[in-house]
Amino acid sequence: MAINKNGTGYTFGFAIVMVVVVGAALAVTAMSLKPLQQANAADKKMMDILGAIKVDSQRDNAKALFAEYVTSRVAINASGTQVSVKQGDVNATDATDPFNIDIKKDYRSHKPAKGDLAWGNADDLNFPVFECQKEGETYYVVPMVGSGLWGPIWGYVAMEGDMQTIYGAKFDHKTETPGLGAEIKEDFFTVKFEGKTLEEVGPTYFSVLKGGAVTNEHSVDGITGGTITSKGVDEMLNRTMGIYLKYFNNEQRAQR
Amino acid sequence: MSTDTNTAVETKRESLFSKKNRKLLKDPLDDSNPITVQVLGICSALAITVQLQQAVIMSLSVLFVMIGGNVIISLLRNLVPDRIRIIVQLVVVASLVIIVDQVLKAFQPDISEKLSVFVGLIITNCIIMGRLEAFALGNKPGPSLLDAIGNAMGYAWILLVVSIVREIFGSGAISLPGMGQVKFLPSSWFISEGGFYENNNLMILPPMALITVGLIIWIQRSRNQALIEEN
Amino acid sequence: MEYLSIFVKGIFIENMIFAYFLGMCSYLAVSKTVKTANGLGLAVIFVLGITVPINYLLENYVLKEGALAWLNPEYANVDLSFLSFIMFIAVIASMVQLVEMIVEKFAPALYGALGIFLPLIAVNCSILGGALFMQDRQYPSIGEATVFGLGSGVGWWLAIVAIAAIREKIRYSHVPAPLRGLGITFIITGLMGIAFMSFMGIEI
Repeated sequence: MAINKNGTGYTFGFAIVMVVVVGAALAVTAMSLKPLQQANAADKKMMDILGAIKVDSQRDNAKALFAEYVTSRVAINASGTQVSVKQGDVNATDATDPFNIDIKKDYRSHKPAKGDLAWGNADDLNFPVFECQKEGETYYVVPMVGSGLWGPIWGYVAMEGDMQTIYGAKFDHKTETPGLGAEIKEDFFTVKFEGKTLEEVGPTYFSVLKGGAVTNEHSVDGITGGTITSKGVDEMLNRTMGIYLKYFNNEQRAQR
Repeated sequence: MSTDTNTAVETKRESLFSKKNRKLLKDPLDDSNPITVQVLGICSALAITVQLQQAVIMSLSVLFVMIGGNVIISLLRNLVPDRIRIIVQLVVVASLVIIVDQVLKAFQPDISEKLSVFVGLIITNCIIMGRLEAFALGNKPGPSLLDAIGNAMGYAWILLVVSIVREIFGSGAISLPGMGQVKFLPSSWFISEGGFYENNNLMILPPMALITVGLIIWIQRSRNQALIEEN
Repeated sequence: MEYLSIFVKGIFIENMIFAYFLGMCSYLAVSKTVKTANGLGLAVIFVLGITVPINYLLENYVLKEGALAWLNPEYANVDLSFLSFIMFIAVIASMVQLVEMIVEKFAPALYGALGIFLPLIAVNCSILGGALFMQDRQYPSIGEATVFGLGSGVGWWLAIVAIAAIREKIRYSHVPAPLRGLGITFIITGLMGIAFMSFMGIEI
C-alpha cells in the first residue's frame, strides 16, 4: 500500500495531524506551566517593589520580605480617590488585590494620545499604591509604565512619607539599546533620583534632561546617547505622577 | 568487530569519525561558514553581539534548536508533503522555541528574561531554516545532527568574535553569563573621571557589527583564497 | 494624514533594514544585480502588504486577551497570545508558498535566480518583525496596519535596490580581492546604516 506523499488528501491529512499535535503540545505546556510562571512573575514584582525602597531580595525570600516591609496595598482611581485596600498575604490569582493590577496591560489599551501628558481616558482604571514601613519610616511605592525607543519601559518609584521627595527608584526595559537606553536599569542612573522632589503643580512635576544638562532638585541628567529612552522615563514619570499626586494631596489634607 | 562481517552492513555504517562526517563538522567553520559564506543568520549577528554574554546565550540556544529541528525534520523527511514543507519546518522550529521559552519561564525565570528578546530572532534565524531546507530534508538523522552542530559552531565563533570586539571597544568591558559585565579598564582612565579614554560609542550601534563582519570576511578570504568571488 | 505618516515612516524613519536591521540575509545575498533585487523587493512588498492585515485580523479577533468574545461572551477571558508566533508564521509561510508558486509559473528565470531565498522570505525577520511590530503598536484600524505593512515593504525594497545599484557599479572599482562581493557589501551597508541613523526620532 503505497501512500502518495504529495497527494492532496495526504497533504491535508498531514497538515491536520500536525496542527492537532503541535496545538495540543503547546497548549498543554502553556497551561501546565502557567501557575509556576505566574508565581515567578509575582516574585519578580515583589523584588522590584522592595528594590525601590532599597531592600535587597532574592527570589526565595521575596515573598517573606514583601510581607515584612509592605504594610498595605491600596488601589486608587483616576481622580485620586481610594477604591480599595488589602493587607496580609498576596494571592496571585485574586483579581481584587491591588497587587495584581496589570498596569502594562492597562497602558496598552489606554495609550495616551500623541503629545498628551495624560492617560487616554483612564476613568475606568485603577492604580496601585504600595505603603511600606522601613525602619520606622513610611514610604509609598508607585509603579509606572511607558514607551522607550524600541519597546516598553517601566519602573517603581518610592516616595518618602512627605509624599513629595523621592526615596528610591528602579527602572527596567524590554528591548532598549544595550549601553545606551538600557542603562536606565543601572544603579548610577536610579541613584540620581534619590532626594529629588516633585514640583507642586504640573503638568511637568519632574524632568529627565538631555544628557549633560545642568540639573536642579526637580530634575536629573538623562543618559548621553539614550535621549529617546530618557525622554520616555520623563514622560512616564510625569503622566503617572499626574494621577498619584491627586491621591497624595487628598491624603495629606485628610491627615491634617 | 570481526573482519568477516557482511559487506552490505559495512557499507551502510560509517564510522563516527569518517571523513564525510568530519567534513560536516569542519566545513561550516570556514569553507561554508553560515554567516560569512552562506549569508545566513545575519540579523541576530547584528542585534545580539553588543555583549559577549548575549552572544553566548544565543549561540547555545541556536545550537539546541538546530539539533532538535534537524533531527526531527530528518526523521520526518519521507512523510512531509512537498507543498507544505516550508510550513512544516517553520512549525517545528517555532514549537521547539516556544516550548523552550515556556519551560525556562517556569523553571529558570532569570535566564528566560534575558532570552525573551531573542525568542523571535531564533525562530526567524535563517540558518535554522536554511539547513532544514538544504540538508535535513534530504539526509539521515545522524548526518543531520552533525550538520546542525557544525553550522551552529560556525555561527557561534563569528558571533563570539564580533561581540568581543564590540564590547571591548564599545564598553571597555567583557561579560559572561552569570558573571555580568566586568569592566577591565581602570575608571580613572575615562574622560568623565578626568582621564583621556572615551569608549567608542559607535561600536555599540548595529552598523559597526556589519563593518566588523566585513573585516572578518576580509581576513578569512585572504587566508582562504578559494572563497574569493569572481568579478 | 495619519496613513501618509505611517507610510513615510515605514520607508525612511523606521526602515526595516537600516533602522531595525531586519531581513539582512536575503538583502545581502540577493543584491548582486538590480534585476533580482527588484524582483525580491517586490515579492517582499507583496508578502508584507498581505500578511500584516491578515495577522492583524488574527490578533484582534482570535489571539489577544478577550478577542474571542465575538464568538461567545463566555470566552472573554481567553488569552491565546502564546500562539502568536506560530500563527503569524503559519500565515506568512502560506503566503510565501503562494508567492513561490506564482513566481515559478510566471517568471521562471527570476525563480531560478532567487533560489533558496524565495522560500526564505518566510523566515525573513522583516516579515515576522512587521507582524510583531503591528501587534506591539496596536494600530487602531486594519487600514493603518495595511499601510504600515506596505510602507515597511517599500522601505525594504528601496534598501535592497539601492545596495544592488551600488554593487553593480562597484564591480568597476578597485576593491581588494578578499573584500570583493560580500565583504564590501557588509561595509557599505554599515555605512548606509550610519547615514540612516540621522532619520531616527523624527516626528512627522
